[in-house]
Amino acid sequence: MTQLRGYDGVVLAVPVTVPYVRHSTRPAQWWVGRALAGLAKGAGLSHRDFDGLSVASFSLAPDTTIGLTQHFGMSPRFLDFLPLGGVAGVVGLRRAARAVQAGDADVVACIAADTNTPQSFRQSLEQFSRFSQDAVYPYGSGGPNVSFALIAQAFMAATGLTRSDIAHLAIAQRANALRNPDALMKKPLSMADYMNARAIAPPIHLFDCVMPCAGAEAFLVMREATAKAQGLPFVRLTAAIERHNAYPSDPVMLRGGWARDVGTLWAMAGVAPGAVDLVQTYDDYPFISAMQFADLGLCTPAGLPEFLRSHDFTVTGDLPHNTSGGQLSVGQAGCAGGHLGLVEALRQLIGTAGDRQVTGARRALVSGFGMIAYDRGLGSGAVVLEAA
Amino acid sequence: MRKTKNPLSRTRQPLLPPAARSTDAHLLTAAAAKGRFALPCCTGCGRFAWPIPAVCPDCLSEMELRDVAADGHLIAATTAEVPADRYFRERAPWRVGFVQLGCGPQALVHLHPAAQPGDALRLTLMLDRAGQAVLHAGPQGGDMTTDPQWQHMTADPRGRQVLITDARHIAALSLAEALVKAGAVAIYAGVPEIWKPLPQRAALVSVPGLSLHPLDLTSDRSVADLARDIGGKVEILINTADLPRPGGLNGPAAQTDARAAMETVAFGLMRLARSFGPPMAARGADGPLGAVAWVNVLSVFARVHAPGLAGYAAAHAAALALSHALRAELAQGGVRLMTVLTGPTEDDWFQTFDLPKVTGKALGDAVLGGLQRGLEEVTVGDMARDLLQRLSENPKAVERAFAAGLM
Repeated sequence: MTQLRGYDGVVLAVPVTVPYVRHSTRPAQWWVGRALAGLAKGAGLSHRDFDGLSVASFSLAPDTTIGLTQHFGMSPRFLDFLPLGGVAGVVGLRRAARAVQAGDADVVACIAADTNTPQSFRQSLEQFSRFSQDAVYPYGSGGPNVSFALIAQAFMAATGLTRSDIAHLAIAQRANALRNPDALMKKPLSMADYMNARAIAPPIHLFDCVMPCAGAEAFLVMREATAKAQGLPFVRLTAAIERHNAYPSDPVMLRGGWARDVGTLWAMAGVAPGAVDLVQTYDDYPFISAMQFADLGLCTPAGLPEFLRSHDFTVTGDLPHNTSGGQLSVGQAGCAGGHLGLVEALRQLIGTAGDRQVTGARRALVSGFGMIAYDRGLGSGAVVLEAA
Repeated sequence: MRKTKNPLSRTRQPLLPPAARSTDAHLLTAAAAKGRFALPCCTGCGRFAWPIPAVCPDCLSEMELRDVAADGHLIAATTAEVPADRYFRERAPWRVGFVQLGCGPQALVHLHPAAQPGDALRLTLMLDRAGQAVLHAGPQGGDMTTDPQWQHMTADPRGRQVLITDARHIAALSLAEALVKAGAVAIYAGVPEIWKPLPQRAALVSVPGLSLHPLDLTSDRSVADLARDIGGKVEILINTADLPRPGGLNGPAAQTDARAAMETVAFGLMRLARSFGPPMAARGADGPLGAVAWVNVLSVFARVHAPGLAGYAAAHAAALALSHALRAELAQGGVRLMTVLTGPTEDDWFQTFDLPKVTGKALGDAVLGGLQRGLEEVTVGDMARDLLQRLSENPKAVERAFAAGLM
């Protein structure tokens, strides 16, 4: 196994969410700017004091992070641009953490933001990737719903998962979202609602799908000493994994890259697999969250149906999961979907999660997943965070 | 016979499926246009890959298109109930499947309703209504034409009204009979110089649904008159206009014959395009069927310029060149342009040509087959196929062989 080097002395602080809206007339640049202002206010610093800027977005074109430095009057010495979808949060955090650890930057602002107009979804599908343009979009143009329906069908057949098993995740997340004033979904979700929902691409039905929206998520990465000097509550990064196109020879996606690196993750974290107080998975579809439970070592694939039926995934349950409501109930603000879980875990571990605070939360598992360029999600990542 | 359309109801505007593709993807378009099944293959290690990668994912060598067995089995299937694109939204639910191809990679396909996960499949590379290559799959040994999605991508004459522009063409009668047998509901047959004897008149008018109409492609007025009568009904136009007059550059009538051939074959096509092109393109989605295809039956000498057919070959080459402009215009309505290149036919004008020659029946069947498969390029007869193959392999050898009188 690769020599593991920890992220000693690196911390995350200042969780920021710019509340989501279904559609926005503002460009992504504006949403990044609001998030940056939130970070500066939360840190009690000028945004010019941030010497690292890491931005994840799909809708910044023609800008990338470098152009944003003029928008915001910043002079950073570390830049990152991550149009990597739901894995961008973990990827950005890993890079920022190493930059801070090595001294290439002192304070990195990690921001994910996307805007959304009524045409955005179709436009982004049309040009999502070259493979998609050539070999996916012309086939019924069902977008990710169709691609994930095909994966879901194979995954459910392989694991024995049923729609009513998967429903537990969606229903618990909605219950969590009702405690989150920023969640776009405000109505309770019952088992009957879930089971009787309109088909989108069977076995994917309405409540398996996220609602695209505009919004931003952000946090700061810095050295522990810096956080202490500023008097900022913080959490430690104890483990991180990242993998792309992990299993190219699998004919259909029955596992993600987490399965390949799960041993590394828990070895770095120094705890038994799943020994955490809460989990934030990447829930573009609830069955993908289920896949992460298995791949991240919380259960076996065959044990998934029982695992989903036997746990309570609400904030007051035995395994609080996607405590903000996740993308399924808060909304999917483009690339910010992968930062949502990180920011929520940070909030939980510093104890500022309000009505949805998980009592005694000390350790969290957060995973990311992104980019279905053709037939499978390519990027996977996960981190373990610990309260200070 | 189908019902007449209510003239007060709105004509559905043609929408096209998503047409954007990478440059490399058009290698597939060329294969689909001819009805070949070919996929990207590595020139180094021989592995097939899909979608077309920049280089081979196994050994990083260059990729090329290679013919391969069109088999596979179904991994998973679903229907897009809420497509993002308007073309598919109008036709939802749209069935798609994820297929393990026999040659290695996996592909998303347009899927036949009878195919279930685990089934053995036969794949077809087809042109969709945007004219772009796509994969279709259906059960091995099954009837693809029972799939409405398949039928969206072909130009099947079943239930459609067809114009054959020159009933005097050697293939006209066979073609009309084949079309009617395949389900065409009306055949309008144009007759140039209708006052002249038409030897096959009795046989033609006995074809069910066939009607004869004066049509002189060398006359603006004649073409416009017919378009006024039937332009809004024609769903497949098959242009069989021809004027074979063999001869080199220096024959006594060379220029006169060339001018006459141009007038009929090239300018005749322009007249047809002007009068019939726009109404057909506008009716690409009219009613349950709509206008679907335009066929130009041309001589293979449009591509291979034999010195003994100087003016004739030039006229056909001109028509072939014009076809490309017409294809682009018709494509806006999702109407396909099919070019049929035939070798010398079994008629008096090609009396001195070597065998084998193309019979009217062979030509008629080839046109029908091309329509039913939704092709863009059809070659008829062994001589035509041989000439085009030689031309692609070694064009100068073909030119010199003709000059030496060897072909």
